[in-house]
Amino acid sequence: MRRVFSLWDSTVGKKIMMATTGVILIGFVVGHMIGNLKVYQGADAFNHYAEGLRTVGEPFFGSGQLLWIIRIVLLAAVGIHILAAVQLVMRSRKARAIGYRKYEGDMVFSYASRTMTWGGLIILGFVVYHLMHLTFGNAHPDFVHGNAYHNFVTGFQSWPVSIAYILTMIPLGFHLYHGFWSMLQTFGATNPKMNHVRRPIAAALAGVVVLGNISFPVAVLAGLVGY
Amino acid sequence: MKLKLHVWRQNGPGNEGRFEDYVAENVSEHMSFLEMLDVVNEQLIARGDEPIAFDHDCREGICGSCGFMINGEPHGPLPSTTVCQLHMRNYRDGDELWIEPWRATAFPVIRDLIVDRSPLDRIVQAGGYISVRTGSAPEANNIAVPKANADLAMDAAECIACGACVAACPNASAMLFTGAKVTHLGALPQGQPERYTRVVEMVTMHDDEGFGHCTNHGACQTACPKNIKVDYIGRLNADLRKAKFRHPAG
Ligand code: FES
Repeated sequence: MRRVFSLWDSTVGKKIMMATTGVILIGFVVGHMIGNLKVYQGADAFNHYAEGLRTVGEPFFGSGQLLWIIRIVLLAAVGIHILAAVQLVMRSRKARAIGYRKYEGDMVFSYASRTMTWGGLIILGFVVYHLMHLTFGNAHPDFVHGNAYHNFVTGFQSWPVSIAYILTMIPLGFHLYHGFWSMLQTFGATNPKMNHVRRPIAAALAGVVVLGNISFPVAVLAGLVGY
Repeated sequence: MKLKLHVWRQNGPGNEGRFEDYVAENVSEHMSFLEMLDVVNEQLIARGDEPIAFDHDCREGICGSCGFMINGEPHGPLPSTTVCQLHMRNYRDGDELWIEPWRATAFPVIRDLIVDRSPLDRIVQAGGYISVRTGSAPEANNIAVPKANADLAMDAAECIACGACVAACPNASAMLFTGAKVTHLGALPQGQPERYTRVVEMVTMHDDEGFGHCTNHGACQTACPKNIKVDYIGRLNADLRKAKFRHPAG
């Protein structure tokens, strides 16, 4: 544990923490998307899946216990990820207190790398809204506890809500793309023979998550998922 | 050709700086960028004005003394080229150029386009020594170095510490420089005994000097006149991780 804390002392160590928590969060985002694909199998399959999330780990864990453990790990990962990001961004502001009159932004590898901070903030705001919308239900017009399929369909039947969900997937895609590639770099997973596939893998990961997620509101609006 | 220049002028570290406008006339396409500034400076001196101060030494692209921003790019627009090796044939008559010093809190402006890059020297010093037996010259080939490692170390050792990576980086990070220095000894057998203490010391000094962190933008690699690759930063990251977990004595 002392070693983990001592990582916090250096910029590189903080990035290792961000990469580690990033892996956890990428795992969540991918799993979340794949799990939600069950909505295409109809109301029963989807509600069964939603209920199954509570009972996962039984009989070793009691109902909801493993889910809570996962939630706590995710919350901690989000907290560490954001704390490290805030500290590093403030550092970098100080490191270039006086800016350039002219700066050639095209020197950087990608648009994605430049939008990590803003993208991250948008994603954070979205996650809060998304939890209030489809988990707690207080931002939902007709929330029924225990009927995830109903909440899903009626939630996405609203055009503004669906458009907001779809638009947020754009910064999420960029964040995943640069985040995944950056994670490999931060872990030092560089190998001259493999380096050329790192970006395509990052792009594929981001693309799959974004397209999968966008398909949900689109399917509801198009009437493919409904009653 | 005739060029319009906006040059950053600053009398000293604590002073306010400002852009001054100059016109460079009769610029030959065969001149290097620094020679063009030399001509402008001669005119300034003839007028009784202070010449524009800029760093330079070899003018052969090997010492790392020269360097400033031209229209937002370190060492100007050409890849793998220091500003002393940038020739005016890359510009057109009537071009307008903004010339600024490297901007980083760790690199205070000494005068005009000259910045204090001694933080880079201190990062190297923090890396310390390597353990070698002194005395009579060792037998050649006593320590076998695999070709791949020798190449890696040589490529990393190409870094001339000009500071362009820091200047280009949106975070004013010196990680490309530090990564090159860590790799250059870390890839060789002679560098192994202190490998993990060295990376920790160098990264600590890097951070203490007030450079930003690396967010893998890659602007450093684009700007580097010596083609140092961000892969070296990956190696540094891996070495630091191993230093913390596998070799925690360091
Ligand atoms: S003056 Fe030596 S590298 Fe340019």
